[in-house]
Order: sequence, then C-alpha cells, then structure tokens
Amino acid sequence: MIRLQNIEKVYRTDTVETLALNSISLEIAKGEFLSVMGPSGCGKSTLLNIIGLLDAPTRGEVKIDQQKTEHLSDKQLAHFRNRKLGFIFQNYHLINDLKVLDNVELPLLYRQGNAKERSELASEALGKVGLSNRVKHFPTQLSGGQKQRVAIARAIVGRPEIILADEPTGNLDSVMGNEVMEILLNLNKREGTTIVMVTHDEHMAKKTHRLVRLFDGSQVQ
Amino acid sequence: MLKNYFKIAVAVLKRRKFFTFISLFGISFTLTILMVLTAFIQNVIGNDYPDKKRDRSLYISTIEQKGKNAMSSGALSYYFLNKYAATLKSPEKVTIFSGANSTNTYVNNKKISIDYKYVDANYWSVLDYDFLEGKPFDARQIENGEHVAVISEGIKKQYFGDDPSVVGKYIEADNVQYRVSGVVKDVPVTTYMLYSEIYIPYTVSKTDYRNKNYGGGYVAILLGASKADLQKMHDEYEDVIKRVPPENKDFENVYSHAYGYIRSYVNTGNEENSGLTYAITAIAIFALIVMLLPTINLINVNVTRIMERSSEIGVRKAFGASSQTLVYQFIVENLILTLIGGLIGVLLSYIVIQILNSADLIPNFKMSLNFTVLVLALFICLFFGLISGVYPAWRMSKLDVVTALKEQ
Repeated sequence: MIRLQNIEKVYRTDTVETLALNSISLEIAKGEFLSVMGPSGCGKSTLLNIIGLLDAPTRGEVKIDQQKTEHLSDKQLAHFRNRKLGFIFQNYHLINDLKVLDNVELPLLYRQGNAKERSELASEALGKVGLSNRVKHFPTQLSGGQKQRVAIARAIVGRPEIILADEPTGNLDSVMGNEVMEILLNLNKREGTTIVMVTHDEHMAKKTHRLVRLFDGSQVQ
Repeated sequence: MLKNYFKIAVAVLKRRKFFTFISLFGISFTLTILMVLTAFIQNVIGNDYPDKKRDRSLYISTIEQKGKNAMSSGALSYYFLNKYAATLKSPEKVTIFSGANSTNTYVNNKKISIDYKYVDANYWSVLDYDFLEGKPFDARQIENGEHVAVISEGIKKQYFGDDPSVVGKYIEADNVQYRVSGVVKDVPVTTYMLYSEIYIPYTVSKTDYRNKNYGGGYVAILLGASKADLQKMHDEYEDVIKRVPPENKDFENVYSHAYGYIRSYVNTGNEENSGLTYAITAIAIFALIVMLLPTINLINVNVTRIMERSSEIGVRKAFGASSQTLVYQFIVENLILTLIGGLIGVLLSYIVIQILNSADLIPNFKMSLNFTVLVLALFICLFFGLISGVYPAWRMSKLDVVTALKEQ
C-alpha cells in the first residue's frame, strides 16, 4: 500500500543543515496497523508528513497504491490526499468557528456531492465514534477525548484507505486515550483501513501489528 | 460549498469584533462618500430638465483671445453670438441667453434676492421648460422690448405667496416692474447655464447688448435637427471662428468652441486644458485616495487574520483543498465581508442623501439613490473585495502545510 524507498529529508537554514530522516525504506501493507516510536525530534512526524504528502522528501521515493508521488502538482496532490488519506493530529486541529458536523464534513467539501449527502455521511461518521449527540456543538464545548473523536470522524468520513495519526492519544488521559485507540483498532479490523500511527506510548504501540523505531532520523527497528 | 464559506466568513467576522467593525466601517464609510458623490454628479449631469434635447445640442459658453502680452477669457457677447452663431446654417435653431445675475427686490418690506436671466425668443422652443401656468413671451414682445417675465415656481411662492394664479401680475426686479407671462418648474442651480428665477427679454437689458466687444455675459445653444447634425454644427462653428478677426491688436488668436453638454459644463475657457480633463482627473484622484485607505487597511487586517487561521489552512490543505481552492475561498469570504459593508454603505448613503436633501443646501436640487449609483456601489464592493483579498489569499495559499499545522 505504502512504499518508501531511501527517504532522506534535510532541513537547511543559512548556516545549519539538519538531517531529519536518513535513508528510510519502509513498506506498509494494505490493512496493516503500524506504529512509529522514538524520542522527540527523531523524525517521526517528518516521516508521517512525507507519507501524508504534506512534505516532500529531499531524496527518495514515496509510492502510494503503486503510484509515484514526486511529480504530482499541487492540485493533484490535494486530490490524492482527499481521496486516499485521512489525518488525525495530536492537537486535533478542529476549526473552532465551525460546528462539529461542519468540521466533519470538511474533506467532503473538496469532492463532488450535495449538502444533504455530506451531512448524512458526516452524521454517520460521528455515529461511528459515538458522538451523534454532539453534532451541533462547537469544538470548544467538547472534552479532549470528544475532540479527538470528532477529528477521527473527520478523518474517516471520506472513507480513505489510509489513516495517518500523529500522536492521537498524546493529549489525552489514559481512559480517553484507550477509547480513541479502541476506535482506531476497530476501524482497522472492520474496515481494513491501513493506519500509520506515531506514538510515545509503548502500551498503545503494542496493540498495533508492527512497530518501527526511529532514532536521530534512522530506522533502528 | 458557498454556504460553508458563508458560515466560516460570518464566524471569522464575529471572532474579532473590533477588527470587523473597523473593516466594515472603512468600507461602508468610503462607499457612502463615493455614492453620495456619484448621486451628486449624476444629478448634476444626468438631470436633463429643461434641456431635454441635449443629445442634439451644442453649447457655446466661452471665448478666449490670446496675444503676446494679453489674454482674455470668459462668456461671450450678444453681438458676437448673434453675428457668428445665430447665422450658422447647420443648426435647426440657435438660442442666445445670458447667465444668471442677481438682484434684490422687496416684498412687504422684506428683502429677497432674485436671479434673473436675459433670453431670446428661441430660448423657449430650444429648451423644454414645464409651464405650470401662462406661456412664454414671444418674438414680437422681445422686439418691442416689453417688460414681461417668465418666473420660476420657487420665486412665485416667495414673491406672491399662495396666490394660485399670477399671470398678468407684476413682479419687481432691479427697480423695474415686469408683467408675469408664465410660471415654470424650478431649475436646480447646478444646471447653472439654464438656471434662473426670472427670465426676461434680452432687449430690456440695462447694459447695451449691441456693444461690439467679443466678451460678455451670454452663451448660446445650437440645436440640430438630429444627432447627426452635431458634427456638422461643430465643424461649421470651428470654420467660422477660424475666420473671426481678433477683437483688437492686443490679440492674435480667437478660440471658441461648440461642445456637448458635459464638456461645456466643465469648460474652464482655457484653450490648452479642457475642463473635462480637469474634472475627470480630480474626481479620479479623489475616488482613488478615498478607496485606497480602506483597501490598505483591509489588506492588513486580512493578513493578520490569515496568520490566526494557519491551523485551519493546514487542515484544509491536508484534507484536500488545493492552493487555488483556498485562494477562491478567501476571496469569496472577503467579498462577503465587503458586500455586508456595501449594504451598510447603501443604507448610510440613503440616510445622508435624505439629510442633504432636506437641508436644502442647494436650492431645487434633489439627489437620489438610483440604479446607476447602486450598480456603482456593487462595483466598488467587488473592487474592495478583490483587491484587498487577492494578496492575503495568495500569502495564505503559499503557506506550507507542515508549518501551518505547527502554529497553534
């Protein structure tokens, strides 16, 4: 499903050159739930951003669903992300000005379809994360766990084949963290969604199919 | 999609109420100024009472003479116009009349100021005054130098009060009694060439209309049989003027032209600079400055807002919005803001125009918010929306997703 070959990412400023990722090669199968671990600053999030086509590698090749991605235009990349990928962030990144339902509808805005269909799909996704009763709330009226569930609903509403989660439980207490993890595990099991999750939590990582460890930009496990 | 943009636009407006107030104030205030100005100009230029045949008329309003050490410019003499304009072959009719002069008169020991104008017989057929009672004086009466007058509705009320009919009664101006021959609807003073309160035969003028100076207090209108005659009349007058000898040896050249209404309205009598260029430049510079300030303000506010919304931009990009879509979204949002400002502006303009009209600053001059003014308002809003939205939107779309998502 996802194939990374010799990925290198270098950040350059006027004076310093930082190697964030060093020759990473990784293959992630369809339906796999992979977790990425490592200390802060080891390049986990950079790796996730590269897989999510939010950032381009300095060298190396990213293939998703057999498709090379390096020559895609801004428009093509946007279309690709919209169809294939769903994102979950540690900080949720919900739009506070919009109601829960409108937040969840967001990925569908960039597709064909009418308002009614969008609203139905968003309600369905919110049902899956157990938030049917919070549709008309604003994000600021929700707890951290509820916010992250809204973010998951937003990530799955467009039925992407891949979900990229950047420390989805990082800001949550263990009860809420477990709830969120349960939802992701279910999603992977029932719908066969491929999930790549960056985490600091060994306990959460153990629940996934495979664990990749990074250290100073290199893969150590 | 648009509904969603509208929701977010309104939410963003509500978020920073002070910024929103400043932006909306800037837009609506500017719009009010421009709309009132337009309503004013439109009324000045667009009001075609009483010269309803404006589209086939040319106006001769100035003469300029230049010599090495001398220069003279101003309205023309009756003699000059009678000799060179009234004799033209291409116009169907020519009328010669003076500008409005002011004099005082007394009603029940109360002093009132009256503006009077000398006109010829053709004046009443070239122009279409609405007679509320009576009729104009005719050529014979003018020839006989009869003391007759056509008066305006406004002066009738001031001088005679609520008297229903005043034809045949006498009105005194400049110590002369004139018999009222007719009453016409008021002409606003902004239609300055035709405005007056009393119209009297030129033959009763105290200054000798037979004097042979070129300069004087008169102007002329050349009326063509159709629009097609405009060019002919213009060319014929130009030809005639070319052959006119200078008035005396101080001067070498004589300039006078027959122009259309707008050009003659703003004519400064200066051969090198048309008044029209002056007028358009002045209005354009004024409008530009008035519009520039709120535009710059909006650009600033918008750039600040974008930085506040970097998380949203990041998320939208991550979930499939292309840069182009974001630019579009932002411009639409901005247009929503400017259109709201526009609506407030239209409302304010309406109020301001009502106030100005009821204050009666310019006699007989009533402005209105008509279709043209509203269309102009819409264009100004679109101008604001686009100009102030494009640069910030471009900055927004260039924002790197990863950086955008980090900021929060």
